[in-house]
Amino acid sequence: MGVITPAQSNSVNPAADAALSRALNDELADKGFVVAQLDKLVNWARSGSLWGLTFGLACCGVEMIHCWMSRYDLDRFGVAPMPSPRSADVMIVAGTLTNKMAPALRKVYDQMAEPRYVISMGSCANGGGYYHYSYAVVRGCDRVVPVDIYVPGCPPTAEALLYGVLQLQKKVRRVGTLVR
Amino acid sequence: MDDGMKELGDHIAAASGATTGVSVRLGELMLETTPDKVVALLTFLRDDPKCLFKQLVDVCGVDWPEREKRFDVVYNLLSLAKNQRIRVKVATDETTPVPSAAAVYSSASWFERETYDLYGVWFADHPDLRRILTDYGFEGHPMRKDFPLTGFVEVRWDDVQKRVVYEPVKLTQEFRKFDFLSPWEGGIERMLPGDEKATKAS
Repeated sequence: MGVITPAQSNSVNPAADAALSRALNDELADKGFVVAQLDKLVNWARSGSLWGLTFGLACCGVEMIHCWMSRYDLDRFGVAPMPSPRSADVMIVAGTLTNKMAPALRKVYDQMAEPRYVISMGSCANGGGYYHYSYAVVRGCDRVVPVDIYVPGCPPTAEALLYGVLQLQKKVRRVGTLVR
Repeated sequence: MDDGMKELGDHIAAASGATTGVSVRLGELMLETTPDKVVALLTFLRDDPKCLFKQLVDVCGVDWPEREKRFDVVYNLLSLAKNQRIRVKVATDETTPVPSAAAVYSSASWFERETYDLYGVWFADHPDLRRILTDYGFEGHPMRKDFPLTGFVEVRWDDVQKRVVYEPVKLTQEFRKFDFLSPWEGGIERMLPGDEKATKAS
């Protein structure tokens, strides 16, 4: 996993992609419409605009910010930071979830519109981490909200979070349905 | 430097008459006093022209379970005018309240709330003595030595009740026992955990 330069894009076969794009363009010019499967189209749209709810709770939040900054730039995957839960698609729980914060986290999760996803970022959010035996810390944010992707690390690098987001996009494309 | 501290300490002891002990240790000046005189002493330290400790940097607690008066309340003061720091210690127990310093230093209010929250030290005449750091409805005082590390309750989301519920702590993984004995600090003759696995030949 490295920085993706324009020359080596996600595609396995750029030539085939270009050919497909040309064919699609020709069909559109010829008929004025293209036919596609609705669920695939919806999943493509969903995976291409996962707005992230920035739930930074500790040092992981800084790495999450790095991930949106110019070096890795999550925005180019359509993942925009969205502080309001009403418009967000994926909540990134970045940091130590304490007992006191747990009801607030759940409330914010409940305010998100379906389909919604959760990325648990870092050891503390995954399973309590360093604070596993503490009296004040939830032993993993999956005790409070359902988690889709776990990103390990303490804190995970911005690169690791980026990989997690790409894994989530893959998950959305594979298992996403119109009815959830 | 230390001489100046000694003189200052003697001056405070003589002029305020509210100390029970003055000491200079590790280049730091420390006063001891009793709960009934602490407010008078702090007021003196703030207003005396030779002290002018106008900033209360911190109020914290110490737990000594073996002592009869098990808690120390520690006030750390800073004098910008005299470039001097000072520490004031008061011993108390679970039931004896310490008069609040909030009227002398406004910053004491939240510091005392924190001390109350974590140690259970009572502060008399405090404007708003309630918990500040721990969870709403938290029971116990977590910085006391007899408070178990994992506490008593843990939270999880209950899908039936549709709310976050509190339950008694249930650890799936036992505590790890750490060996704090170091082979670099003598006692190499002794068996360390894991040594029994090594063969004599190697």
